[in-house]
Amino acid sequence: MMGDVTLLEFLSLGQRVEGHRPWPRFVLDLRGWRLLIDRLRVAEWSVMAQWAERDHIHVALRDETSGDIAVASHYCDDRRFPALGNVRPGVIRIERAIHDVWGLTPVGLEDRRPWLDHGRWPSRMPLAAQPMAPPSQPDGYSFLQAVGEGLHQIPVGPVHAGVIEPGHFRFHCQGEAVVRLEERLGYQHKGIEGLLQGAPLDKAQRIAARVSGDSTVAYSLAFARAVEAATGCEVPPRAHWVRGLMAEMERVANHVFDIGAVCNDAAFAVMLSHMGVLREKILRANDALFGHRLNMDRIVPGGVDRDLSEEGAEALKHLLYGFGKMLAKGYKLYENTPSLSDRTVSTGIVQTSLIHRFGAGGFVGRASGRGQDTRETPSYPPYDKLDMTVPVLTEGDVNARVLVRFAEAKESLHLINRILHEMPEGAFRVPVPEVAGEGLGVVESFRGEVVVWLRISAGHVVERCHTHDPSWFQWPLLEAAIEGNIVADFPLCNKSFNCSYSGHDL
Amino acid sequence: MIPPIAKMLARHLLKGPHTMKDAPRPDPDGVAELAEALGRRARARLGRSLSIREVDAGSCNGCELEIHAVNHPIYDLERFGIRFVASPRHADVLLVTGPVTRNMEEALRRTVEATPEPRWIVAMGDCGKDGGCFAGSYAVVGGVSDVVPVDLHIPGCPPSPRQILAGLLALLDAADGRLG
Ligand code: SF4
Repeated sequence: MMGDVTLLEFLSLGQRVEGHRPWPRFVLDLRGWRLLIDRLRVAEWSVMAQWAERDHIHVALRDETSGDIAVASHYCDDRRFPALGNVRPGVIRIERAIHDVWGLTPVGLEDRRPWLDHGRWPSRMPLAAQPMAPPSQPDGYSFLQAVGEGLHQIPVGPVHAGVIEPGHFRFHCQGEAVVRLEERLGYQHKGIEGLLQGAPLDKAQRIAARVSGDSTVAYSLAFARAVEAATGCEVPPRAHWVRGLMAEMERVANHVFDIGAVCNDAAFAVMLSHMGVLREKILRANDALFGHRLNMDRIVPGGVDRDLSEEGAEALKHLLYGFGKMLAKGYKLYENTPSLSDRTVSTGIVQTSLIHRFGAGGFVGRASGRGQDTRETPSYPPYDKLDMTVPVLTEGDVNARVLVRFAEAKESLHLINRILHEMPEGAFRVPVPEVAGEGLGVVESFRGEVVVWLRISAGHVVERCHTHDPSWFQWPLLEAAIEGNIVADFPLCNKSFNCSYSGHDL
Repeated sequence: MIPPIAKMLARHLLKGPHTMKDAPRPDPDGVAELAEALGRRARARLGRSLSIREVDAGSCNGCELEIHAVNHPIYDLERFGIRFVASPRHADVLLVTGPVTRNMEEALRRTVEATPEPRWIVAMGDCGKDGGCFAGSYAVVGGVSDVVPVDLHIPGCPPSPRQILAGLLALLDAADGRLG
């Protein structure tokens, strides 16, 4: 009986909110919210993001069968809401974080330890209507226990040995083998949601571009698309293509660099050098074309802040040719080096069933059989005019994640080429209409799906904005991937995931 | 079949490294001269070794990307004896990025304490200076100098590799007096 109800049919039991674009938002009462949880037990609907505001809880959902997207909201009159975490384990940490920051209590959630709050902020629940006094000293953290003969713990971080973001990893090991890994994150928490609240549009746009620096193009794009959806802004066609170009450049730069880094962690440093050179080529091209090596702040609501020149396009076409050849060489080297495969094949496996349960996307999902790619579904310009292949493997090991990345980088080069050849002429930016509204922006970063939701006033003040990083659904799977592997393979597994700390900690 | 790695090694032996040569016009901004000067000075003052420990105290990770870039073959900081090391106990310089988050404040202090004297602290990026666009948040202390004494600031968001090189050079110049 249940199986036949689509997401939209179900949500239409609630009250539809006016002015929420491009996908609808429905408000559910307590009964409706509880029913939603029941449905989530069996339905093929995945959670895309979950967030709160002072007295509301929101969740963005995708119907995996029909592809429909919608937001469900619930007014928490007593500052409590039935937790989704028990039926969707991927959101447990999100709900813990919501409690830390907004003070809304996820009822029924077993794990109630603080997540982003380490007891060091000037107040508890800083964004709640009534923040509470801070603790007298920083919180300890009760890590899960593992008991058994010969078990020992290895604490690592927050400051790591490499040039990498801070986070803490607690290993329980028996000899070399990892019995359990537990992550503790939140060190990068900058209070971004608080900063975005009440920020004027231009300031908010700068902050959104800095949620995770390696995905700066993806974040500014998702933010811009959310603003444009909310205000009904029609972006000129050329802007879409320039945006697509920047997004693909970002994807290639990250993929090649991470491939090199994974190999480096398998003691195969020559690949890191090779890929470092490739990455630098892209960054220099970015600088020459758009005036910033990472293209930070180049995508703005209404379009892009500068156009692609004709000489720039020609130079890039030229660069791509050599680039593709070098990438192919790197691929050959990777595939034909047994000492490398020895480390990457069958290391750090994530089961397909787990990937689906957590709704993990990006190359982590695609290496374990989940082919969701936002560029393809629901798609957005310019990708709706470009056909693309999404590589999917099922092995789920480090090797599969590297191979998916090689394939994606290659595909991106192909897309960039087409973008350069098919880009229409015309304006590259329009003013954003001064109207109020709510919007959802969903784009594919190199890491997976980035979701931005916001409500903006007619005066171009961002009243509430939430940014969701794909890492939320990937970090927990890293814990699963390492289990049973040896400690020395952790860097390899970790790099092959390369989750964002900053984007997750917010 | 000759394994690809053998071919690649042979090619590199014959052709030489990528450094600053193969890259598209590296020199209009004087990166090569800058790097040379940096190398000379590091050697003169520190006897071929300057060890840098990077500490991310809350960055967006953009700054880290550019630090990686100066390590890659194109800029190849290591050829001047300037190395990124794994432990603060091996370091002369702490290169700190990000607005310092409240959750990282203590870790940063402790990392500084673990670094032997003489040590220099460099704050990197606009965030490192005063918190950048994250200043004013409940979760952020502010710039690096709000937590630990800073010897030099490298501006930019993120600073380009060229700016990083120039910053390190300035540090060596400024360090003159303190090294005696
Ligand atoms: S200075 Fe810019 S790139 Fe560096 S951490 Fe701050 S926001 Fe990121």
